[in-house]
Amino acid sequence: MRNLYQGATGDWEVVIGLEIHAQVISESKLFSGASTKFGSEPNTQVSFVCSAQPGMLPVINEECVRQAVRTGLAMGCQINLRSVFDRKNYFYADLPQGYQISQFKDPIVGEGVVTVDLEDGSTKDIGVERLHLEQDAGKSMHDQHPSMTYVDLNRSGVALMEIVSKPDMRSAEEAGAYFKKIRSLVRYAGTCDGNMDQGSMRADVNVSVRRPGEPLGTRTETKNVNSIRYVMMVIESEIRRQVDVLEDGGTIDQETRLFEVATGTTRTMRSKEEAHDYRYFPDPDLLPLEFSQAFVDELAKEMPELSDAKKARFIKDLHISAYNAGVLVAEKESADYFEELLSATVEKSGKQVSELGTMVSNWVTGDLFGALKKLGKGITGSPVSIAHAAELLSLQVDGTISGRIAKEVFENMLESGKSPEVIVDEKGLKQVSDTGAIETMIDEILVANADKVEEYRGGKEKLYGFFVGQVMKQTGGKANPQVVNQLLRPKLDG
Amino acid sequence: MSVDKDTVAKIANLARIAVSDDELESTAGELNNILDWVEQLSEVSTEGVEAMTSVVAASLPRREDKVTDGGYRDQVLKNAPVSEHGFFAVPKVIE
Repeated sequence: MRNLYQGATGDWEVVIGLEIHAQVISESKLFSGASTKFGSEPNTQVSFVCSAQPGMLPVINEECVRQAVRTGLAMGCQINLRSVFDRKNYFYADLPQGYQISQFKDPIVGEGVVTVDLEDGSTKDIGVERLHLEQDAGKSMHDQHPSMTYVDLNRSGVALMEIVSKPDMRSAEEAGAYFKKIRSLVRYAGTCDGNMDQGSMRADVNVSVRRPGEPLGTRTETKNVNSIRYVMMVIESEIRRQVDVLEDGGTIDQETRLFEVATGTTRTMRSKEEAHDYRYFPDPDLLPLEFSQAFVDELAKEMPELSDAKKARFIKDLHISAYNAGVLVAEKESADYFEELLSATVEKSGKQVSELGTMVSNWVTGDLFGALKKLGKGITGSPVSIAHAAELLSLQVDGTISGRIAKEVFENMLESGKSPEVIVDEKGLKQVSDTGAIETMIDEILVANADKVEEYRGGKEKLYGFFVGQVMKQTGGKANPQVVNQLLRPKLDG
Repeated sequence: MSVDKDTVAKIANLARIAVSDDELESTAGELNNILDWVEQLSEVSTEGVEAMTSVVAASLPRREDKVTDGGYRDQVLKNAPVSEHGFFAVPKVIE
Protein backbone atom coordinates (compact mmCIF):
# COMPACT_ATOMS: atom_id res chain seq x y z
CA MET A 1 0.00 0.00 0.00
CA ARG A 2 1.34 3.44 -0.81
CA ASN A 3 0.57 6.61 1.05
CA LEU A 4 0.03 9.37 -1.46
CA TYR A 5 -1.02 12.93 -0.84
CA GLN A 6 -3.28 14.63 -3.27
CA GLY A 7 -2.19 18.07 -4.34
CA ALA A 8 -4.00 20.38 -6.73
CA THR A 9 -1.91 19.06 -9.63
CA GLY A 10 -1.64 15.38 -8.79
CA ASP A 11 -0.25 12.96 -6.23
CA TRP A 12 2.77 13.49 -4.02
CA GLU A 13 4.79 11.04 -1.99
CA VAL A 14 6.38 12.09 1.30
CA VAL A 15 9.75 10.80 2.50
CA ILE A 16 10.51 11.02 6.22
CA GLY A 17 13.58 10.31 8.30
CA LEU A 18 13.93 10.80 12.07
CA GLU A 19 16.95 11.54 14.22
CA ILE A 20 15.96 10.62 17.76
CA HIS A 21 18.01 11.91 20.68
CA ALA A 22 17.64 9.65 23.68
CA GLN A 23 19.23 10.52 27.00
CA VAL A 24 21.20 7.58 28.40
CA ILE A 25 20.24 6.30 31.84
CA SER A 26 23.42 6.60 33.89
CA GLU A 27 24.41 8.01 37.27
CA SER A 28 27.14 10.27 35.95
CA LYS A 29 27.89 12.07 32.70
CA LEU A 30 29.51 10.68 29.56
CA PHE A 31 32.95 12.17 30.15
CA SER A 32 32.80 13.51 33.72
CA GLY A 33 31.86 12.30 37.17
CA ALA A 34 29.13 14.92 37.71
CA SER A 35 25.60 13.71 38.41
CA THR A 36 22.90 13.44 35.72
CA LYS A 37 19.99 13.86 38.15
CA PHE A 38 17.12 15.89 36.70
CA GLY A 39 15.66 18.99 38.33
CA SER A 40 18.51 20.04 40.60
CA GLU A 41 19.51 23.62 41.39
CA PRO A 42 21.23 25.25 38.37
CA ASN A 43 24.93 24.53 37.89
CA THR A 44 25.19 22.30 40.97
CA GLN A 45 25.97 19.21 38.86
CA VAL A 46 28.81 20.71 36.93
CA SER A 47 32.45 19.68 37.11
CA PHE A 48 35.45 21.48 35.66
CA VAL A 49 35.20 19.04 32.73
CA CYS A 50 31.60 19.80 31.83
CA SER A 51 32.17 23.53 32.19
CA ALA A 52 35.21 23.18 29.88
CA GLN A 53 37.80 24.73 32.15
CA PRO A 54 41.24 24.84 30.53
CA GLY A 55 43.28 21.67 30.72
CA MET A 56 40.47 19.33 31.72
CA LEU A 57 40.36 15.96 29.96
CA PRO A 58 37.38 13.70 29.20
CA VAL A 59 37.30 10.12 30.56
CA ILE A 60 34.54 7.91 29.19
CA ASN A 61 31.86 6.36 31.42
CA GLU A 62 31.83 2.61 30.70
CA GLU A 63 28.16 2.26 31.60
CA CYS A 64 27.21 4.71 28.82
CA VAL A 65 29.11 2.48 26.40
CA ARG A 66 27.16 -0.55 27.62
CA GLN A 67 23.87 1.34 27.34
CA ALA A 68 24.60 2.25 23.72
CA VAL A 69 25.46 -1.37 22.91
CA ARG A 70 22.28 -2.62 24.65
CA THR A 71 20.20 -0.17 22.65
CA GLY A 72 21.89 -1.31 19.44
CA LEU A 73 21.13 -4.93 20.33
CA ALA A 74 17.49 -4.05 21.12
CA MET A 75 17.15 -2.54 17.63
CA GLY A 76 18.81 -5.53 16.02
CA CYS A 77 21.72 -3.41 14.82
CA GLN A 78 25.29 -4.21 13.98
CA ILE A 79 27.60 -3.35 16.90
CA ASN A 80 30.89 -1.76 15.89
CA LEU A 81 33.79 -3.04 17.99
CA ARG A 82 35.75 0.07 17.15
CA SER A 83 34.30 3.56 17.04
CA VAL A 84 35.76 7.06 17.09
CA PHE A 85 34.82 10.27 18.88
CA ASP A 86 34.89 13.46 16.86
CA ARG A 87 34.49 17.12 17.66
CA LYS A 88 31.51 18.87 16.13
CA ASN A 89 32.44 22.54 16.22
CA TYR A 90 29.98 25.37 16.77
CA PHE A 91 29.56 28.30 19.11
CA TYR A 92 26.60 28.68 21.38
CA ALA A 93 26.23 30.06 24.89
CA ASP A 94 25.23 26.69 26.39
CA LEU A 95 28.13 24.78 24.77
CA PRO A 96 31.12 25.73 26.92
CA GLN A 97 33.68 23.67 24.98
CA GLY A 98 32.85 25.33 21.66
CA TYR A 99 32.38 21.82 20.31
CA GLN A 100 30.26 18.80 21.06
CA ILE A 101 32.02 15.46 21.43
CA SER A 102 30.09 13.18 19.09
CA GLN A 103 30.75 10.34 16.67
CA PHE A 104 30.80 11.14 12.98
CA LYS A 105 32.45 8.66 10.62
CA ASP A 106 32.65 5.63 12.90
CA PRO A 107 29.63 5.31 15.23
CA ILE A 108 29.36 2.66 17.98
CA VAL A 109 26.24 1.11 16.40
CA GLY A 110 25.57 0.50 12.71
CA GLU A 111 22.62 -0.60 10.61
CA GLY A 112 19.56 -2.47 11.78
CA VAL A 113 15.83 -2.82 11.23
CA VAL A 114 12.86 -2.32 13.52
CA THR A 115 9.35 -3.53 12.76
CA VAL A 116 6.50 -1.18 13.58
CA ASP A 117 2.78 -1.94 14.00
CA LEU A 118 0.39 0.21 12.00
CA GLU A 119 -3.22 1.00 12.82
CA ASP A 120 -4.70 -1.21 10.11
CA GLY A 121 -2.98 -4.19 11.70
CA SER A 122 -0.18 -4.37 9.15
CA THR A 123 3.51 -4.03 9.99
CA LYS A 124 6.37 -2.22 8.30
CA ASP A 125 10.14 -2.55 8.54
CA ILE A 126 11.97 0.73 9.11
CA GLY A 127 15.73 0.81 8.67
CA VAL A 128 18.03 2.21 11.35
CA GLU A 129 21.10 3.85 9.84
CA ARG A 130 23.21 4.19 12.99
CA LEU A 131 23.35 5.09 16.66
CA HIS A 132 26.13 7.24 18.02
CA LEU A 133 27.09 8.49 21.46
CA GLU A 134 27.43 12.21 22.08
CA GLN A 135 27.31 14.88 24.77
CA ASP A 136 24.25 16.94 25.49
CA ALA A 137 24.59 20.72 25.70
CA GLY A 138 23.54 22.93 28.63
CA LYS A 139 20.20 24.64 28.88
CA SER A 140 19.54 28.26 27.90
CA MET A 141 16.68 30.28 29.31
CA HIS A 142 15.78 33.33 27.27
CA ASP A 143 12.73 34.52 29.16
CA GLN A 144 14.08 35.10 32.66
CA HIS A 145 15.68 38.50 32.14
CA PRO A 146 14.96 41.37 29.71
CA SER A 147 18.46 41.53 28.23
CA MET A 148 20.20 38.36 29.41
CA THR A 149 20.08 34.67 28.62
CA TYR A 150 20.58 32.43 31.64
CA VAL A 151 22.64 29.28 31.17
CA ASP A 152 22.49 26.15 33.34
CA LEU A 153 25.17 23.55 32.61
CA ASN A 154 23.67 20.69 34.68
CA ARG A 155 22.76 18.89 31.44
CA SER A 156 26.04 19.74 29.75
CA GLY A 157 27.94 16.52 29.08
CA VAL A 158 25.09 14.11 29.86
CA ALA A 159 25.26 11.14 27.45
CA LEU A 160 22.88 11.07 24.52
CA MET A 161 22.28 8.38 21.94
CA GLU A 162 21.40 9.80 18.56
CA ILE A 163 19.43 7.18 16.65
CA VAL A 164 19.25 7.94 12.94
CA SER A 165 16.63 6.22 10.81
CA LYS A 166 16.81 5.58 7.12
CA PRO A 167 14.40 7.70 5.04
CA ASP A 168 11.96 4.79 5.06
CA MET A 169 8.79 6.38 6.42
CA ARG A 170 6.03 7.52 4.06
CA SER A 171 3.40 9.02 6.37
CA ALA A 172 2.95 10.76 9.70
CA GLU A 173 1.43 7.56 11.05
CA GLU A 174 4.50 5.49 10.15
CA ALA A 175 6.81 8.08 11.72
CA GLY A 176 4.69 8.14 14.88
CA ALA A 177 4.71 4.34 15.05
CA TYR A 178 8.49 4.27 14.58
CA PHE A 179 9.09 6.87 17.33
CA LYS A 180 6.77 4.91 19.63
CA LYS A 181 8.64 1.70 18.85
CA ILE A 182 12.08 3.20 19.55
CA ARG A 183 10.75 4.66 22.80
CA SER A 184 9.36 1.29 23.80
CA LEU A 185 12.65 -0.47 22.93
CA VAL A 186 14.87 1.87 24.95
CA ARG A 187 12.48 1.67 27.89
CA TYR A 188 12.42 -2.13 27.82
CA ALA A 189 16.19 -2.22 27.44
CA GLY A 190 16.47 0.17 30.40
CA THR A 191 18.76 2.51 28.47
CA CYS A 192 16.58 5.67 28.37
CA ASP A 193 13.56 6.56 30.50
CA GLY A 194 11.69 7.91 27.45
CA ASN A 195 10.39 10.81 29.47
CA MET A 196 9.46 13.40 26.87
CA ASP A 197 8.35 16.08 29.37
CA GLN A 198 11.84 16.19 30.82
CA GLY A 199 13.42 16.22 27.38
CA SER A 200 14.86 12.70 27.71
CA MET A 201 13.70 11.99 24.16
CA ARG A 202 13.34 14.41 21.29
CA ALA A 203 13.46 14.13 17.54
CA ASP A 204 14.70 16.06 14.55
CA VAL A 205 12.20 15.45 11.76
CA ASN A 206 13.40 15.37 8.14
CA VAL A 207 10.66 15.73 5.53
CA SER A 208 10.68 16.01 1.74
CA VAL A 209 8.06 15.42 -0.93
CA ARG A 210 8.34 14.15 -4.50
CA ARG A 211 6.21 12.92 -7.33
CA PRO A 212 5.88 9.12 -7.04
CA GLY A 213 8.87 7.40 -8.63
CA GLU A 214 10.96 10.56 -8.91
CA PRO A 215 14.29 11.17 -7.14
CA LEU A 216 14.25 12.55 -3.58
CA GLY A 217 13.11 16.14 -3.15
CA THR A 218 14.87 18.78 -1.05
CA ARG A 219 14.31 18.16 2.65
CA THR A 220 13.76 20.38 5.62
CA GLU A 221 14.76 19.49 9.18
CA THR A 222 12.52 20.48 12.07
CA LYS A 223 14.53 20.43 15.29
CA ASN A 224 13.85 19.29 18.84
CA VAL A 225 10.30 18.00 18.59
CA ASN A 226 9.48 16.51 21.98
CA SER A 227 6.36 14.40 21.58
CA ILE A 228 5.08 11.73 19.23
CA ARG A 229 1.98 13.78 18.50
CA TYR A 230 4.06 16.85 17.64
CA VAL A 231 6.24 14.79 15.30
CA MET A 232 3.10 13.77 13.42
CA MET A 233 1.86 17.40 13.36
CA VAL A 234 5.20 18.61 12.00
CA ILE A 235 5.00 16.08 9.17
CA GLU A 236 1.40 16.91 8.23
CA SER A 237 2.19 20.62 8.26
CA GLU A 238 5.42 20.24 6.25
CA ILE A 239 3.67 18.10 3.61
CA ARG A 240 1.01 20.77 3.12
CA ARG A 241 3.53 23.59 3.04
CA GLN A 242 5.99 21.91 0.68
CA VAL A 243 3.28 20.71 -1.72
CA ASP A 244 1.80 24.24 -1.82
CA VAL A 245 5.20 25.81 -2.52
CA LEU A 246 6.04 23.31 -5.26
CA GLU A 247 2.65 23.46 -6.92
CA ASP A 248 2.93 27.24 -7.04
CA GLY A 249 6.16 26.78 -8.98
CA GLY A 250 8.46 27.51 -6.06
CA THR A 251 11.38 25.54 -4.65
CA ILE A 252 12.05 24.14 -1.20
CA ASP A 253 15.09 25.49 0.65
CA GLN A 254 17.15 22.97 2.54
CA GLU A 255 16.83 24.55 5.96
CA THR A 256 16.29 24.08 9.65
CA ARG A 257 12.79 24.81 10.92
CA LEU A 258 11.17 25.16 14.31
CA PHE A 259 7.84 23.71 15.43
CA GLU A 260 5.36 26.14 16.96
CA VAL A 261 3.02 24.32 19.30
CA ALA A 262 0.47 27.14 19.33
CA THR A 263 -0.20 27.00 15.59
CA GLY A 264 0.76 23.39 14.92
CA THR A 265 3.00 24.57 12.07
CA THR A 266 6.71 25.06 11.45
CA ARG A 267 8.61 28.24 10.71
CA THR A 268 12.05 28.83 9.35
CA MET A 269 14.78 29.35 11.92
CA ARG A 270 16.55 32.63 11.32
CA SER A 271 19.38 31.17 9.32
CA LYS A 272 22.64 31.13 11.20
CA GLU A 273 24.85 31.56 8.19
CA GLU A 274 27.45 28.80 7.87
CA ALA A 275 26.03 27.20 11.00
CA HIS A 276 26.16 23.82 9.33
CA ASP A 277 29.88 23.92 8.76
CA TYR A 278 30.75 21.82 11.79
CA ARG A 279 34.33 20.98 10.74
CA TYR A 280 34.27 17.54 12.34
CA PHE A 281 37.62 16.05 13.24
CA PRO A 282 38.70 13.19 15.54
CA ASP A 283 38.90 14.40 19.14
CA PRO A 284 42.61 14.34 20.02
CA ASP A 285 41.72 13.92 23.72
CA LEU A 286 40.12 10.53 23.13
CA LEU A 287 41.51 7.32 21.70
CA PRO A 288 39.19 5.15 19.60
CA LEU A 289 36.63 3.23 21.65
CA GLU A 290 37.36 -0.48 21.29
CA PHE A 291 35.84 -3.56 22.89
CA SER A 292 35.64 -7.28 22.17
CA GLN A 293 32.83 -9.38 20.74
CA ALA A 294 32.82 -11.18 24.12
CA PHE A 295 31.88 -7.86 25.78
CA VAL A 296 28.94 -7.56 23.37
CA ASP A 297 27.92 -11.20 23.84
CA GLU A 298 27.90 -10.79 27.60
CA LEU A 299 25.54 -7.80 27.32
CA ALA A 300 23.34 -9.69 24.84
CA LYS A 301 23.01 -12.54 27.33
CA GLU A 302 21.77 -10.18 30.07
CA MET A 303 19.24 -8.38 27.87
CA PRO A 304 15.72 -8.28 29.31
CA GLU A 305 12.80 -9.67 27.29
CA LEU A 306 11.80 -7.01 24.74
CA SER A 307 8.31 -6.11 23.61
CA ASP A 308 8.19 -8.25 20.45
CA ALA A 309 9.29 -11.38 22.30
CA LYS A 310 6.93 -10.63 25.17
CA LYS A 311 4.02 -10.19 22.79
CA ALA A 312 4.76 -13.51 21.09
CA ARG A 313 4.99 -15.24 24.47
CA PHE A 314 1.69 -13.75 25.67
CA ILE A 315 -0.06 -15.05 22.55
CA LYS A 316 1.57 -18.48 22.58
CA ASP A 317 1.71 -19.34 26.28
CA LEU A 318 -1.20 -17.37 27.69
CA HIS A 319 -3.52 -17.73 24.71
CA ILE A 320 -4.47 -14.07 24.74
CA SER A 321 -5.46 -12.22 21.60
CA ALA A 322 -2.84 -10.52 19.43
CA TYR A 323 -4.71 -7.25 19.96
CA ASN A 324 -4.62 -7.47 23.77
CA ALA A 325 -1.01 -8.61 23.69
CA GLY A 326 -0.08 -5.62 21.53
CA VAL A 327 -1.83 -3.18 23.85
CA LEU A 328 -0.20 -4.71 26.94
CA VAL A 329 3.38 -4.73 25.67
CA ALA A 330 3.28 -1.19 24.25
CA GLU A 331 4.33 0.14 27.65
CA LYS A 332 6.66 -1.88 29.84
CA GLU A 333 4.73 -0.85 32.97
CA SER A 334 1.46 -2.21 31.53
CA ALA A 335 3.06 -5.52 30.67
CA ASP A 336 4.59 -5.73 34.15
CA TYR A 337 1.26 -4.90 35.82
CA PHE A 338 -0.50 -7.53 33.73
CA GLU A 339 2.03 -10.25 34.53
CA GLU A 340 2.03 -9.48 38.23
CA LEU A 341 -1.76 -9.42 38.32
CA LEU A 342 -1.96 -12.67 36.40
CA SER A 343 0.30 -14.52 38.80
CA ALA A 344 -1.47 -12.99 41.82
CA THR A 345 -4.83 -14.13 40.39
CA VAL A 346 -3.46 -17.61 39.71
CA GLU A 347 -2.30 -17.83 43.30
CA LYS A 348 -5.54 -16.48 44.72
CA SER A 349 -7.96 -18.52 42.60
CA GLY A 350 -5.93 -21.70 42.19
CA LYS A 351 -6.68 -21.80 38.45
CA GLN A 352 -4.18 -22.32 35.62
CA VAL A 353 -2.40 -19.42 33.92
CA SER A 354 -3.78 -20.47 30.53
CA GLU A 355 -7.35 -20.38 31.88
CA LEU A 356 -6.97 -16.86 33.26
CA GLY A 357 -4.83 -15.14 30.60
CA THR A 358 -7.69 -13.92 28.44
CA MET A 359 -9.87 -12.84 31.34
CA VAL A 360 -7.10 -10.91 33.09
CA SER A 361 -5.90 -9.31 29.83
CA ASN A 362 -9.46 -8.26 28.98
CA TRP A 363 -9.88 -6.74 32.41
CA VAL A 364 -6.58 -4.81 32.28
CA THR A 365 -7.01 -3.51 28.73
CA GLY A 366 -10.74 -2.87 29.13
CA ASP A 367 -11.97 -2.06 32.65
CA LEU A 368 -8.72 -0.85 34.17
CA PHE A 369 -7.40 1.15 31.18
CA GLY A 370 -10.86 2.69 30.72
CA ALA A 371 -10.95 3.79 34.35
CA LEU A 372 -7.38 5.11 34.27
CA LYS A 373 -8.13 7.10 31.15
CA LYS A 374 -11.12 8.70 32.84
CA LEU A 375 -8.98 9.53 35.86
CA GLY A 376 -6.19 10.87 33.64
CA LYS A 377 -3.71 8.48 35.27
CA GLY A 378 -1.07 6.08 34.01
CA ILE A 379 -0.74 2.46 35.05
CA THR A 380 1.89 3.34 37.65
CA GLY A 381 -0.59 5.71 39.27
CA SER A 382 -3.37 3.11 39.36
CA PRO A 383 -5.58 3.55 42.42
CA VAL A 384 -6.25 -0.21 42.41
CA SER A 385 -3.46 -2.35 43.81
CA ILE A 386 -2.46 -5.67 42.26
CA ALA A 387 -3.69 -7.45 45.40
CA HIS A 388 -7.16 -5.88 45.22
CA ALA A 389 -7.45 -6.48 41.49
CA ALA A 390 -6.49 -10.14 41.92
CA GLU A 391 -9.10 -10.46 44.67
CA LEU A 392 -11.78 -8.97 42.42
CA LEU A 393 -10.96 -11.27 39.52
CA SER A 394 -10.83 -14.32 41.82
CA LEU A 395 -14.28 -13.51 43.21
CA GLN A 396 -15.51 -13.57 39.62
CA VAL A 397 -13.62 -16.75 38.72
CA ASP A 398 -14.97 -18.73 41.68
CA GLY A 399 -18.53 -17.60 40.96
CA THR A 400 -18.96 -15.48 44.09
CA ILE A 401 -19.96 -12.52 41.95
CA SER A 402 -21.08 -12.20 38.33
CA GLY A 403 -19.28 -10.19 35.66
CA ARG A 404 -21.85 -7.47 35.93
CA ILE A 405 -21.51 -7.18 39.69
CA ALA A 406 -17.73 -7.24 39.28
CA LYS A 407 -17.97 -4.03 37.27
CA GLU A 408 -20.07 -2.47 40.03
CA VAL A 409 -17.60 -3.55 42.69
CA PHE A 410 -14.73 -2.15 40.61
CA GLU A 411 -16.44 1.26 40.42
CA ASN A 412 -16.79 1.16 44.17
CA MET A 413 -13.13 0.18 44.62
CA LEU A 414 -12.05 3.20 42.56
CA GLU A 415 -14.09 5.50 44.79
CA SER A 416 -13.55 3.98 48.21
CA GLY A 417 -10.20 2.22 47.88
CA LYS A 418 -11.72 -0.68 49.84
CA SER A 419 -10.95 -4.32 49.13
CA PRO A 420 -13.48 -6.05 46.87
CA GLU A 421 -14.22 -8.74 49.47
CA VAL A 422 -15.19 -6.05 51.97
CA ILE A 423 -17.38 -4.30 49.39
CA VAL A 424 -19.15 -7.52 48.42
CA ASP A 425 -19.81 -8.32 52.09
CA GLU A 426 -20.97 -4.84 53.02
CA LYS A 427 -23.31 -4.49 50.09
CA GLY A 428 -24.49 -8.10 50.06
CA LEU A 429 -23.49 -8.58 46.46
CA LYS A 430 -22.71 -12.30 46.64
CA GLN A 431 -24.09 -14.15 43.69
CA VAL A 432 -27.09 -16.34 44.44
CA SER A 433 -26.27 -19.88 43.33
CA ASP A 434 -28.78 -21.53 45.66
CA THR A 435 -30.78 -23.61 43.15
CA GLY A 436 -33.75 -24.07 45.52
CA ALA A 437 -34.23 -20.33 45.98
CA ILE A 438 -33.79 -19.58 42.29
CA GLU A 439 -36.15 -22.39 41.30
CA THR A 440 -38.88 -21.05 43.56
CA MET A 441 -38.39 -17.62 42.10
CA ILE A 442 -38.61 -18.94 38.52
CA ASP A 443 -41.83 -20.82 39.31
CA GLU A 444 -43.39 -17.65 40.68
CA ILE A 445 -42.32 -15.64 37.65
CA LEU A 446 -43.73 -18.19 35.22
CA VAL A 447 -47.07 -18.16 37.03
CA ALA A 448 -47.21 -14.38 37.14
CA ASN A 449 -46.43 -14.15 33.43
CA ALA A 450 -48.49 -17.02 32.08
CA ASP A 451 -49.42 -15.06 28.90
CA LYS A 452 -45.75 -14.58 28.00
CA VAL A 453 -45.06 -18.25 28.69
CA GLU A 454 -47.76 -19.10 26.12
CA GLU A 455 -46.26 -16.75 23.57
CA TYR A 456 -42.81 -18.26 24.14
CA ARG A 457 -44.07 -21.77 23.70
CA GLY A 458 -45.89 -20.57 20.59
CA GLY A 459 -42.53 -19.78 19.00
CA LYS A 460 -41.61 -16.31 20.24
CA GLU A 461 -38.24 -17.45 21.53
CA LYS A 462 -36.90 -13.96 21.94
CA LEU A 463 -38.92 -13.79 25.16
CA TYR A 464 -36.34 -16.03 26.82
CA GLY A 465 -34.33 -12.93 27.65
CA PHE A 466 -37.36 -11.39 29.31
CA PHE A 467 -37.58 -14.24 31.82
CA VAL A 468 -33.87 -14.07 32.58
CA GLY A 469 -34.29 -10.34 33.10
CA GLN A 470 -37.10 -10.92 35.58
CA VAL A 471 -34.97 -13.29 37.66
CA MET A 472 -32.08 -10.81 37.63
CA LYS A 473 -34.40 -8.00 38.61
CA GLN A 474 -35.73 -9.88 41.59
CA THR A 475 -32.25 -10.81 42.81
CA GLY A 476 -30.72 -7.40 42.16
CA GLY A 477 -28.50 -8.94 39.50
CA LYS A 478 -27.05 -11.43 41.94
CA ALA A 479 -28.47 -14.65 40.53
CA ASN A 480 -25.78 -16.85 39.00
CA PRO A 481 -26.58 -16.69 35.27
CA GLN A 482 -25.46 -20.28 34.66
CA VAL A 483 -27.75 -21.59 37.37
CA VAL A 484 -30.61 -19.51 36.02
CA ASN A 485 -30.11 -20.93 32.54
CA GLN A 486 -29.90 -24.50 33.78
CA LEU A 487 -33.21 -24.16 35.63
CA LEU A 488 -35.16 -21.83 33.38
CA ARG A 489 -34.70 -23.54 30.01
CA PRO A 490 -36.24 -26.94 30.92
CA LYS A 491 -39.13 -25.28 32.77
CA LEU A 492 -40.02 -23.07 29.80
CA ASP A 493 -39.53 -25.78 27.18
CA GLY A 494 -41.25 -28.36 29.37
CA MET B 1 45.25 21.83 -1.55
CA SER B 2 45.50 25.54 -0.94
CA VAL B 3 43.39 28.26 0.62
CA ASP B 4 42.56 31.74 -0.64
CA LYS B 5 41.72 34.95 1.20
CA ASP B 6 37.99 34.17 1.30
CA THR B 7 38.52 30.75 2.81
CA VAL B 8 40.79 32.21 5.46
CA ALA B 9 38.15 34.83 6.30
CA LYS B 10 35.50 32.14 6.54
CA ILE B 11 37.56 29.83 8.78
CA ALA B 12 38.52 32.78 10.99
CA ASN B 13 34.87 33.66 11.38
CA LEU B 14 33.87 30.07 12.19
CA ALA B 15 36.64 29.84 14.79
CA ARG B 16 35.77 33.29 16.18
CA ILE B 17 39.30 34.54 15.60
CA ALA B 18 39.67 38.15 14.53
CA VAL B 19 41.82 38.40 11.40
CA SER B 20 41.87 41.89 9.91
CA ASP B 21 41.55 42.40 6.15
CA ASP B 22 45.19 43.33 5.68
CA GLU B 23 46.26 40.17 7.50
CA LEU B 24 44.24 37.85 5.24
CA GLU B 25 46.76 37.72 2.40
CA SER B 26 49.73 36.92 4.61
CA THR B 27 47.74 34.43 6.71
CA ALA B 28 46.65 32.61 3.55
CA GLY B 29 50.32 32.43 2.53
CA GLU B 30 51.36 30.97 5.89
CA LEU B 31 48.57 28.42 5.87
CA ASN B 32 49.44 27.39 2.32
CA ASN B 33 53.06 26.83 3.34
CA ILE B 34 51.85 24.46 6.05
CA LEU B 35 49.45 22.71 3.69
CA ASP B 36 52.19 22.28 1.10
CA TRP B 37 54.43 20.74 3.70
CA VAL B 38 51.71 18.33 4.83
CA GLU B 39 50.97 17.53 1.19
CA GLN B 40 54.45 16.05 0.86
CA LEU B 41 53.40 13.32 3.27
CA SER B 42 50.94 11.99 0.73
CA GLU B 43 53.90 11.02 -1.46
CA VAL B 44 54.64 8.21 0.99
CA SER B 45 52.85 4.97 0.14
CA THR B 46 50.69 3.91 3.09
CA GLU B 47 49.30 0.87 1.31
CA GLY B 48 48.39 -1.74 3.94
CA VAL B 49 49.44 0.42 6.86
CA GLU B 50 46.87 0.73 9.60
CA ALA B 51 45.89 4.27 10.54
CA MET B 52 47.64 5.42 13.70
CA THR B 53 45.58 7.33 16.20
CA SER B 54 48.12 7.77 18.95
CA VAL B 55 51.86 7.76 19.27
CA VAL B 56 51.64 5.57 22.34
CA ALA B 57 50.11 2.12 22.28
CA ALA B 58 47.29 2.70 24.72
CA SER B 59 43.60 1.94 24.88
CA LEU B 60 40.89 4.38 25.87
CA PRO B 61 40.73 4.55 29.66
CA ARG B 62 37.23 4.14 31.12
CA ARG B 63 35.66 5.09 34.41
CA GLU B 64 33.00 3.46 36.52
CA ASP B 65 29.52 5.02 36.47
CA LYS B 66 29.77 6.82 39.80
CA VAL B 67 29.10 10.40 40.81
CA THR B 68 32.53 11.67 41.87
CA ASP B 69 32.46 15.29 40.81
CA GLY B 70 30.37 18.48 40.75
CA GLY B 71 28.63 20.26 43.60
CA TYR B 72 30.89 23.33 43.61
CA ARG B 73 28.80 25.91 41.83
CA ASP B 74 30.62 28.88 43.33
CA GLN B 75 33.91 27.73 41.83
CA VAL B 76 32.32 26.93 38.46
CA LEU B 77 30.77 30.39 38.27
CA LYS B 78 33.75 32.20 39.73
CA ASN B 79 35.33 33.25 36.42
CA ALA B 80 32.07 34.05 34.66
CA PRO B 81 31.87 37.76 33.75
CA VAL B 82 28.27 37.78 34.95
CA SER B 83 26.28 35.24 36.93
CA GLU B 84 22.84 35.63 38.47
CA HIS B 85 20.72 33.34 40.66
CA GLY B 86 23.22 30.52 40.11
CA PHE B 87 23.11 30.80 36.31
CA PHE B 88 25.73 32.00 33.87
CA ALA B 89 24.24 35.21 32.46
CA VAL B 90 25.15 36.10 28.88
CA PRO B 91 23.87 38.76 26.45
CA LYS B 92 20.46 37.62 25.26
CA VAL B 93 20.58 34.98 22.52
CA ILE B 94 17.56 35.40 20.31
CA GLU B 95 16.50 32.81 17.79
